[in-house]
Amino acid sequence: MSFDVMMKLIMAQGMLGLNNGVFYAMLSLGLAVIFGLLNVVNFAHGALYMTGAFVALILNSYLGVWLGIGWLHIGFWPALIIAPIVVGLFGILIERFLLRWLYGLDPIYSLLLTFGITLVLQGLFINYFNASGTPYPGMPESLRGVVNLGFMMFPKYRLFVIVFSILVCIAVWFVIERTRIGAMLRAGTENPELVQAFGINVPRMVTLTFGFGTALAGLAGVLAAPIYSVSPLMGANLIIIIFAVVVIGGMGSIAGAVVTGLALGLIEGVTKVFYAPASNTVIFFLMVIVLLVRPAGLFGRQG
Amino acid sequence: MLKTKFLAGVAAATLAATAGAAMAEDAISDGAVKIGVLGDMSGVYSGDFSGPGAVAAVKMAVKDFGGTVLGKPIQVIVGDHQNKADVGSATARQWIDQDHVDMITDLTNSAVALAVQKLASDKHVITIASGAGSTELTGASCTKYGIHYGYDTHALPVGTATAMLKNGGKSWYFITADYAFGHDLQKSTSEVVEKDGGKVLGSSDVPLGSTDFSSYLLQAQSSGAQVIGLANAGQDTVNAIKQAHEFGLTSGGAKIAGMLVSIMNIKSLGTDTAAGLEWTSGWYWNMDDASRKWTAEYEKFSNGASPTFVHAADYSLTMAYLNAVKAAGTDNPDKVRAELGKMTIDDFYTKGGKIRKDGLFVYDMYLLKVKPGGKDWDVAQVVSKIPGDEAYGPMNKACKLAD
Repeated sequence: MSFDVMMKLIMAQGMLGLNNGVFYAMLSLGLAVIFGLLNVVNFAHGALYMTGAFVALILNSYLGVWLGIGWLHIGFWPALIIAPIVVGLFGILIERFLLRWLYGLDPIYSLLLTFGITLVLQGLFINYFNASGTPYPGMPESLRGVVNLGFMMFPKYRLFVIVFSILVCIAVWFVIERTRIGAMLRAGTENPELVQAFGINVPRMVTLTFGFGTALAGLAGVLAAPIYSVSPLMGANLIIIIFAVVVIGGMGSIAGAVVTGLALGLIEGVTKVFYAPASNTVIFFLMVIVLLVRPAGLFGRQG
Repeated sequence: MLKTKFLAGVAAATLAATAGAAMAEDAISDGAVKIGVLGDMSGVYSGDFSGPGAVAAVKMAVKDFGGTVLGKPIQVIVGDHQNKADVGSATARQWIDQDHVDMITDLTNSAVALAVQKLASDKHVITIASGAGSTELTGASCTKYGIHYGYDTHALPVGTATAMLKNGGKSWYFITADYAFGHDLQKSTSEVVEKDGGKVLGSSDVPLGSTDFSSYLLQAQSSGAQVIGLANAGQDTVNAIKQAHEFGLTSGGAKIAGMLVSIMNIKSLGTDTAAGLEWTSGWYWNMDDASRKWTAEYEKFSNGASPTFVHAADYSLTMAYLNAVKAAGTDNPDKVRAELGKMTIDDFYTKGGKIRKDGLFVYDMYLLKVKPGGKDWDVAQVVSKIPGDEAYGPMNKACKLAD
């Protein structure tokens, strides 16, 4: 293989890796926000991502049928707003009625609870749909087709996903690290009693934060729907990688989660050029190294 | 003392005689002929390939046969092996030991089929695999009671690869489902390609059920191959063709050869996305009057879904099995297997099909291509007929039953 072809292939696989990386980043971002404030390891994050994709699919293909209105297809753009709200509200219900009871206890309880929620959600969707996945037909017309990047033909839609997701990540980082609301959030994590004393309703803030974190998962789900088949197990396949990302980036670090997510996507992609079978394991290999060298993660505060 | 011994001897002899008489009366063991449909009912092959549609076909055959054979009812039991050989084996074992199943069919997924065929043959139960593709079933792993009915990984690439090579597709890159079936498919296709003067430039092994083929497609593209051979099936094939279209591979001049394509794949892709695709099949619903007539009947059993060739094969093989039971006058597996070997299958599915000694059902195959502008289920047209002997080739010497 000539050098030129090799470079093109590396860049092309890198683009695809980046495409996966934005999903890692979006999901680990939500996970980091939730862990940072609630100290809850939300194992249901993958299932909520999957739920987001299903909400988009249902809005587009099933809702009209269920309601008996044949012409009703709620497309991609409305779904991009509706699905995160639906998933966020669902997250709020989980927090209010289930998770709240477990705050004083060992984190293992909330982990088990959220894992259980994952299994229930997967079971429900497998029951009503199927295990193998249903294509999402609602990709907007304006995002169909390919862009010539010089080194490869890249689908417009995937390019949109990369740009859009990075903007979302930056916005979330900005809100949490640079605004008053973010400051209250961060203060709430450090010392809830004190923040409560300033007249801020901390329990409500916690609920909304959990809802926000899950809404991010829902948003990622909508973005994923046109690329991958919408399948009940799409989250389960991803959640392990997401946890590895969060561990490598440092639990609770917002910027760490985003940067690590993107970087690992890239590394995974480029690995495919050199030795494809290793691409599945390279992330875990890195996780082991990071844990040995910097146990708190790349961006975590060393305890 | 002597007296007691004598009496015991008489008792034993009487017992043996009555038992023998009882057996002769009971031509059908356990009062029913039980057919087990063991398939992938929820995974990658359930929607587009076999799955619940196979159950519909078997039930339809039982109904058309009259619901009974030799005066005993015919029962159909269904299981989901989830594409796991251990789950398939456990289900088959339970069916054989507890439910006394007489024949197990479908067996989509070669890994499962190989495991179940071996287990069933050890326990003298006939298996007729229709959804599995591996040539292994009638090769080194062939068994006395194992039949392979519908297609195999030798018959499919012969048609497709030969046609692609004739049209100038000399260099190939394979995207292969990473298990027995995919590797078999790649191996048989590579042999055809290399025999006819083509060249295989490389391959990527992809785990079953992957949703993202883009990186493998890129690998294929950068190899410079003229033909990208998809040695996979079901949803995997659909995703690969769709993404090849998305990344502009087909508009860039590469051709896609499907080694195992079902018409449902084309339907879900649309004839525009799949345009130009050619593949081999044993049957197509819209190929003649008999197939159209059967399909109209089948759609009543399948909520309107059109049958794939596997579904049609399931019906044909169920009929063949029941006819063999009737002809043998018993469900004894040795006698039924002997009858099946004598039969010539002439039905809506094929003309002049024969089940060979090694268990392989040899019949004429067809090269199909996507019908331009085809709508709904009308997605394919027949390009040419491939004679059965040419498609399936001679018996594999690795099979101990072969001549």
